[in-house]
Amino acid sequence: MSLNQLTVHELHEKLKEREITAVELTESIYARIDEVEPSVKGYLTLTKTLALEQASNADVGFQNGNEMPPLAGIPIAIKDVICTKDVRTTCASKILSNFKPPYDATVMAKLQKQNAVMIGKTNMDEFAMGSSTENSAYQITHNPWDLETIPGGSSGGSAAVVAADSAICSLGSDTGGSIRQPAALCGVVGMKPTYGRISRYGLIAFASSLDQIGPFTKDVTDCALVLNAICGKDPLDSTSVDVPVPDFTESLINDVQGLRIGVPKEYFAEGLDAEVAELVHSAIQKLEQLGASLEEISLPHTDFAIATYYIIAPAEASANLARYDGVRYGYRTEEPVDLIDMYKKTRTEGFGQEVKRRIMLGTFALSAGYQDAYYRKAQKVRTLIKSDFDAAFEKVDVIATPTSPTPAFKIGERTADPLQMYLCDVMTTPASHAGLPGISVPCGYVKSGLPVGLQLLTPPFDEETLLRTAYTYQQNTDHHLKRPIIAKTEGKI
Amino acid sequence: MATITPKDVSHVANLARLEFDAEETQHFTEQLGRILDYIGKLNELDTEDVPPTSHIHPLQNITKPDVVKKSLSIDAVLENAPETAEGYFAVPRVIDTQSN
Repeated sequence: MSLNQLTVHELHEKLKEREITAVELTESIYARIDEVEPSVKGYLTLTKTLALEQASNADVGFQNGNEMPPLAGIPIAIKDVICTKDVRTTCASKILSNFKPPYDATVMAKLQKQNAVMIGKTNMDEFAMGSSTENSAYQITHNPWDLETIPGGSSGGSAAVVAADSAICSLGSDTGGSIRQPAALCGVVGMKPTYGRISRYGLIAFASSLDQIGPFTKDVTDCALVLNAICGKDPLDSTSVDVPVPDFTESLINDVQGLRIGVPKEYFAEGLDAEVAELVHSAIQKLEQLGASLEEISLPHTDFAIATYYIIAPAEASANLARYDGVRYGYRTEEPVDLIDMYKKTRTEGFGQEVKRRIMLGTFALSAGYQDAYYRKAQKVRTLIKSDFDAAFEKVDVIATPTSPTPAFKIGERTADPLQMYLCDVMTTPASHAGLPGISVPCGYVKSGLPVGLQLLTPPFDEETLLRTAYTYQQNTDHHLKRPIIAKTEGKI
Repeated sequence: MATITPKDVSHVANLARLEFDAEETQHFTEQLGRILDYIGKLNELDTEDVPPTSHIHPLQNITKPDVVKKSLSIDAVLENAPETAEGYFAVPRVIDTQSN
């Protein structure tokens, strides 16, 4: 195995024992990028000079025999929605094509504190709005398992580069499933922590009451290591919550004896792909064999989660995206007639179709005469969805579901019909409404070879049970060890 | 819930500071109409006595001491601006100098 194929914890041992250097490791990642990026197209910006500098700084620490943190010298890719000081941050939008943030997001400062190595910025749906990464203004990212399919979204680039071994791990953001769904579709581990666990300072806002940063990794151990680095209350984000941050590696316990797992019947209803259903059922049975008890539960308002989400998220987005006006940063139209004309032309030329659609939907839902019927109504249904989970967690410790109703679909298959694309999020938006932590772990492959994800959910701030369950599953299965063989596609795509 | 007309779309576009030509307005009218139809399923639920959730955690105002702290330099703040003048963001003229 070459270095770029290893996990964070395996590489940390090698770096600590000085079998390898961080510079060698970083070089191996860029060699892999040269090899597969023309097919995968997961990165928007590569930061090689900076990365080699960060790697050699980490090497100095290792060479001096310092106690180095677990992410020291580890190559990590960052979704292009997270502000990186002096490094172009586009949100995959034309309107931010030339934006270089004057500050780092809090998560970036935390990664730097661990001497992690930033490889580059990854592709995404524009402003994180989408489920396939096809809404990027720049490029289409291809799923490493089948280059003709989408990697999921909106953090499709961050998922694809980890699956392709062209990053050791990555950060994404999840508003309605944007970490969990691409993790499932790309066969990697993806976690959305509890809302408030991780600072959103420097995360370009989409829907502020839902957005959360989280990691993509190759296994659950790495997930715990990245969480350890980035969690915690931040004075710069008043919605980050002041709760103790445990050492998440202590939750890496190979034991689910006595754990009560709830299986919500609404998640196995019509619309679920038969092969996905079978693989997820057998994953849940595996957990039962390992000592967990299963209970069928009901989350009766599941079917309303998408409708609720597509009011609340666009409403918040329409307010958040008002800041893109061509005044302080980003794109500005040429030769506007006056100020209002400048706003309108800048935004009309700078935003893509899906972003405009959501701004329109959100502005409509908040406009005079409609606010009670739409926005207020959706907020009330959000309460009902949250109450379903509150009731369920009185009976069970963990909820297990599919992450996505289908495996990855073909590029272009759902772009013509926005509503079909929105329905991709049916399994992930409910937990987003309730602010719950959720993880997706690979649980098998359909006959065509595409990966399937098992989603696990726990009550707020119980990432520990989530990690323990997912870790136990991985210790007793090998789905997460399988890697895609990336076809050469010259002339094909 | 309401149906959405091309007139509504033009009105909302103006509120959102976006511009659409006739064809796009028609396109958005149809698409938003279908999405709003789907969202209409929320009316199946009686939410009369349900309190709204705007945020998942109990939020409260957070105050901080009123002391001057280091902030970004003006140069750093203006670095990304499309147009600046004398240390300010520059925008097209807002008020006409000539009356007409």
